[in-house]
Amino acid sequence: MNSSSLQISNTSLILAAGLVLIALYIGYREKLGIDRDMIIGVLRAIVQLYIVGYLLKYVIKVDNIFLTVVLMLIIIFNAGYNAMKRSQGIPNTLWISIGAIFISTGVTVGAMVLTHALKFIPAQMIPITGMMASQSMVAIGLCYRNLNTNFHDERQQVLEKLSLGGNIKQSSMHILRESIKTGMQPTVDSTKTMGIVTLPGMMSGLIFAGIDPVYAIEYQIMITFMLLAATSLGSVMAVYWSYKGFYNREDQLVLPTSAPKKKHH
Amino acid sequence: MMSLIDLENVGFQADGQTILKDISFSVEEQEIVTITGASGSGKSTLVRILSTLQSRTSGTITYKGKSIDDYDPIQYRREVSYCFQQPSLFGDTVKDNLQFPYDIRNQAFDVKRAQEALTAVDLNSNYLDKAITELSGGERQRVAMLRNVMFYPQVLIMDEVTAGLDEDNKQIIHKMMTRFNQNDHITLIIITHDQDEMDHAKRLITIENGQLKGDERRE
Ligand SMILES: Nc1ncnc2c1ncn2[C@@H]1O[C@H](COP(=O)(O)OP(=O)(O)OP(=O)(O)O)[C@@H](O)[C@H]1O
Ligand SMILES: [Mg+2]
Repeated sequence: MNSSSLQISNTSLILAAGLVLIALYIGYREKLGIDRDMIIGVLRAIVQLYIVGYLLKYVIKVDNIFLTVVLMLIIIFNAGYNAMKRSQGIPNTLWISIGAIFISTGVTVGAMVLTHALKFIPAQMIPITGMMASQSMVAIGLCYRNLNTNFHDERQQVLEKLSLGGNIKQSSMHILRESIKTGMQPTVDSTKTMGIVTLPGMMSGLIFAGIDPVYAIEYQIMITFMLLAATSLGSVMAVYWSYKGFYNREDQLVLPTSAPKKKHH
Repeated sequence: MMSLIDLENVGFQADGQTILKDISFSVEEQEIVTITGASGSGKSTLVRILSTLQSRTSGTITYKGKSIDDYDPIQYRREVSYCFQQPSLFGDTVKDNLQFPYDIRNQAFDVKRAQEALTAVDLNSNYLDKAITELSGGERQRVAMLRNVMFYPQVLIMDEVTAGLDEDNKQIIHKMMTRFNQNDHITLIIITHDQDEMDHAKRLITIENGQLKGDERRE
């Protein structure tokens, strides 16, 4: 692999930054009111990526198991925290999210390490953990949003099922299924269009770096399977652990207080 | 003598508002109690509390001599069954609805019993596979009520189940009620605005502004 061919000069970076101006101009012209968000977003991205870049460089160089594990845990915790923020007040979602992401990432990455498909070295563990945890995070966030929407929209049906003597799981089952499906949908969709519409980032990266495309594809297939497993595991756990937050100890439906209330007509 | 249900000074407050205040009455076994009152007077709130879908904020309610708080809510709700005002139907077909009571008890669906139940309320037995979107308002209401009685409850609370129905559909539902009460020995609590139903009530409880205004027994 010839890494020098992948050097990007600072001038080219600055030129690329010019592209952001196009987005800013459109935002301004169309009065989208997102200029501030976009500028902050771009600056944040630059700072964060540089920090991560140097951090990774260091971690990969020292190649210490303990340090690698710590970094993986930080990624998982962060992903859990961000998933929690999408829960709009469903109780206990910080620990639920961290737990679900920890297990889904742990199982998938663990299985691949045990079968020697991946090596427990920082250069592999950290990016893969990042991919699993972030996809799991997105899936879990979607699950939470779907739970909130459906417990609002289908409140009547849940109440009726409770009144017929269904337990909270039986009375919520239709919502739980729907939410898990919604959480997994993006992963399933992108799996279907993979190679046709999207060339996944990981694969593109490997090809970019001069790796044999067939070899890159094999890696991508493995990653895809892992992502499917991680998102389904994460969604199932997050949904089954969190829906109880919609009920009190008397098995009555109580919606989380900070969730958006429907306006009365 | 101990009544089946005893309410004592039941109250409900929400957001600093008093919705129900000092409601006390008893219901005997196999009695038919009709509850009426203006819209917003608190009738549905009262029966939702009675069916433990929400909790009162004051007072006591006993069922068979034991506080309703001491029952397992799921078992209790199977005994004291609440049929909603404007119920929604589940899933896609009539069968999905009548099957729910079996599913939650981990029992196999009894097709024959379901067909009999349908014919008893003037619905054809082949309605089982009918899509719920194809049902008329009166048919929907009947299917919804059947869900409550696939397994007989001890008490059946019906919240304005005849509201908005035509005379024929009302008649069918009245027949259902009589049969539940006479043949199946179910205690009925009927909420209604219907003048006819109020006139024929054996016992009429009136709620006004969240308070018990009248409790009249007639023969
Ligand atoms: N949890 C609650 N929080 C705030 N207000 C509530 C709550 N539950 C009920 N209310 C209010 O209490 C009042 C009584 O409502 P309820 O549904 O019991 O009336 P109702 O007698 O059944 O009326 P209708 O005949 O129209 O069905 C209404 O004004 C309602 O908005
Ligand atoms: Mg009502």
